Amino acid sequence: MTEENNKEEKTAQSKEDQEKKPVQRPAARPRPRVKKEAPPPEPSPKEPLLAELVQQVTEKLGEQAIEESYVNQNGEHLLTLVVNRDHWAKLASLLKQEANWQYTYLQNCAGVDQQTYFEVVYHLYSLEHHDQICVHVKVDRDQPEIPSVVNIWPAANWHEREIYDLLGIQFTGHPNLQRILMPDEWEGYPLRKDYQPLDEGV
Amino acid sequence: MLRTEEMLLNVGPQHPSTHGVLRIVVKIDGEVIREATPVIGYLHRGTEKLAEDLNYTQIIPYTDRMDYVSAMSNNYVLVHAVETMLKLEIPERAEYLRVITLELNRIASHLVWMGTYLLDIGALSPFLYAFQDREKILDLFNELCGARLTYNYMRVGGVKWDAPNGWLQKVEQFITMMEKRMKDYHQLITGNEIFIQRTRGVGVYSQEMAIQYALSGANLRVTGLQRDLRKEHPYSIYDRFQFDVPVGRHGDLYDKYLCRMNEVEESLKIVGQALASFPEKGRVLGKVPRVLRVPEGECYVSIESPRGELGCYLVSKGKDKPWRLKFRRPSFCNLQILPVLLRGENMANLVAILGGIDIVLGEVDC
Amino acid sequence: MDWLFYIIGPILLLGIMLGFVTYAILFERKVIGWIQNRPGPNQVGPWGVFQTVADIFKLLTKEDIVPERADQTLFKIAPIITFVPAFLVLAVIPFTDRIRFADLAVGLLYYMAISSITTMGILVGSWSGNNKYALLGGMRSAAQMISYEIPLVMSVIGVVMSAHTLNLTKIVAAQNEVWFIFPQLIGFVVFLIASIAELNRTPFDLPEAESELVAGYHVEYTGFRFAFFMLTEYAYIFAMASLTTILFLGGWQAPFGWTFLPPLIWFILKFAVIVFLLFWLRGTLPRLRTDQLMEFAWKVLLPLALFNIFLTAVLKEVPWIQTFYR
Repeated sequence: MTEENNKEEKTAQSKEDQEKKPVQRPAARPRPRVKKEAPPPEPSPKEPLLAELVQQVTEKLGEQAIEESYVNQNGEHLLTLVVNRDHWAKLASLLKQEANWQYTYLQNCAGVDQQTYFEVVYHLYSLEHHDQICVHVKVDRDQPEIPSVVNIWPAANWHEREIYDLLGIQFTGHPNLQRILMPDEWEGYPLRKDYQPLDEGV
Repeated sequence: MLRTEEMLLNVGPQHPSTHGVLRIVVKIDGEVIREATPVIGYLHRGTEKLAEDLNYTQIIPYTDRMDYVSAMSNNYVLVHAVETMLKLEIPERAEYLRVITLELNRIASHLVWMGTYLLDIGALSPFLYAFQDREKILDLFNELCGARLTYNYMRVGGVKWDAPNGWLQKVEQFITMMEKRMKDYHQLITGNEIFIQRTRGVGVYSQEMAIQYALSGANLRVTGLQRDLRKEHPYSIYDRFQFDVPVGRHGDLYDKYLCRMNEVEESLKIVGQALASFPEKGRVLGKVPRVLRVPEGECYVSIESPRGELGCYLVSKGKDKPWRLKFRRPSFCNLQILPVLLRGENMANLVAILGGIDIVLGEVDC
Repeated sequence: MDWLFYIIGPILLLGIMLGFVTYAILFERKVIGWIQNRPGPNQVGPWGVFQTVADIFKLLTKEDIVPERADQTLFKIAPIITFVPAFLVLAVIPFTDRIRFADLAVGLLYYMAISSITTMGILVGSWSGNNKYALLGGMRSAAQMISYEIPLVMSVIGVVMSAHTLNLTKIVAAQNEVWFIFPQLIGFVVFLIASIAELNRTPFDLPEAESELVAGYHVEYTGFRFAFFMLTEYAYIFAMASLTTILFLGGWQAPFGWTFLPPLIWFILKFAVIVFLLFWLRGTLPRLRTDQLMEFAWKVLLPLALFNIFLTAVLKEVPWIQTFYR
């Protein structure tokens, strides 16, 4: 559970950052200061579920498979795994097929530029167990490659193309990895934080 | 032996039945489709990129432009995501107004679908009828928020405008009128032999396939799976209302039609209940900080838009602007199944199947 | 005097037909407007009476575009091939016992034969434009017109058997006691459906299915050439409604001996009912699919028409009933 503590520390730290900023400004902004006394979030009721999940995954794929795990307390307390890229393909098919998971429904798939690395975020849903899970996979920024999951969830097809289009992450094994929203001859990947817009003329 | 060859036909981006600027590259052999490839992106405006430079209130009008047929649900999904991150309490009256507008918008959206779908199939009149009824909803919205399509109505913490005097009575009148009109529609369309011939058993897919392709909304329910996010993960105050989730049995286009028409009736029920228990007084915009700084973290929320599961994935770094905002657009996801459905179909079924998916290009391309 | 009639008459008829087309289009738009809860055209002239005239002027003044990669000659000839038969068939239509042009002994056969030539024009026009949508529309059109011609002709045989003639004037004369719509009800229904299909109108408007093929066989045509295709379509409505009136509704004969109206008025009234029916259907029904259309022609209409011939032949021999079949 060290990861969990880390996460809490991180959020606490970020809160401090957030509160410092209004203080720096001369104008009176009392409201953020009131929030300062907000207690650290209570442990989620879903913590045991998370521990169970992590244990099952480590049993099957080994210690390195999960880099980090926490409960995202926003909304419906979403179990979140940060999965090692090399183990992702195996874990994905397990998540879909294993009887007590059966995450057959790929709700969403998004790419995020975290500046030092990329992240591909999968939101999976199990129609059998009415259960949702979030999987983050970190991708190296210099060599953005991640195994495609189209053969596991065909719905990922266009999502992956979109991520490739906007962030430039290569999905190895994708049947047709082409730009989908931007024109084919477009240069650069618009959703990267270091993207320089080309259209100076407008 | 006659020599036949395949013909490459570009349906769209300018075509009466692609509902916008969708292009489908079809290989046809006579009138039989051998292969179909949808090409999208003609309406890509980079909403997600633009959102990274805007604060949360400024993003709301941009969401209007995604699914412009039901802009209320787009408005809602964004403010819902922000509210989830901020853990805000929403005033009662605002929640009721949200539900009423969301459901009215669902009715309007389904009416547009029904009208244009029958137009695709070749019937002219239902289109006009549907648009006349939708017009009444747009008039109601116009009175409420000053816009007919791009509402910009929801705000983080509530809604922008309270219902003007007499507005709720007008909604009530509309509900009574619409209930009668539904009977007319059933008389005109539901039993029409040609319509049944055109849609029964066409564009069928199994439940497994629907799940594999992550279809949502009526496209998923038509296979018999009862998944409606309003019931399954009730957001806003949907858990207070009694309504059914209509499902289909055959997974064909006719069932889709019935599903959507029944959904309209369910929406009418919800609005009726909401009007009955509408709070007399109260604020419509809760107490929110003037500058919205969403705490660091992420969240994914999803709601049942008329087209399916409309999701919003929000990553914040504690600034007043989102770090990353991704919309899970139901039209985009549902459209993926099109090539599979079209293979081996008749050319005339192309428009019927495409229409049945119910896409809005603003949302597909985002 | 006769030769004067033969020169002026057709010109007059052309004028009448153009007038009909102009106001049929207005009437159609008005009827569909009423069906759809809206006023229809009402801006040009009082009650919109000059709307179609304005539309025709617009078409006349438009640029005449011939696609660069089209087959120039065929592209230009096609509208003519399409329109000429539509006008030729009017020659044998007797509007009353005196207003008629050619009293051919094989009038009915002439009508059926000449009207098929139009298919050729449509096919040529669709192919020469070098457009894929037009080609699809043209192929559909050819398939549909040829398929539906068979039940159309077959359904009329019952009438011919009863009237003992192919001459249209005599067919009307044979109906002075009872209209053929009653003894030949099956024939009438088959004829009506097949004629709607021949006219390419809803629910059989596949060749110009707007939502599928953009506009069908005349996608590439502009201006006056396009107007010719539209003119053909409405000229056929004129001809087909006249033919239906003559074959099944007793032509110019007054029902119940109500001869207080002149024969021409009766003809126009019956004719108007058929035209209205066509417009009414357009406001109500969706469109069939190609394969369903073909199946319907070959598996439903044709057997029905054959059955009707058989039935007529049998009933002609049954005592008392045979009086209705002569």
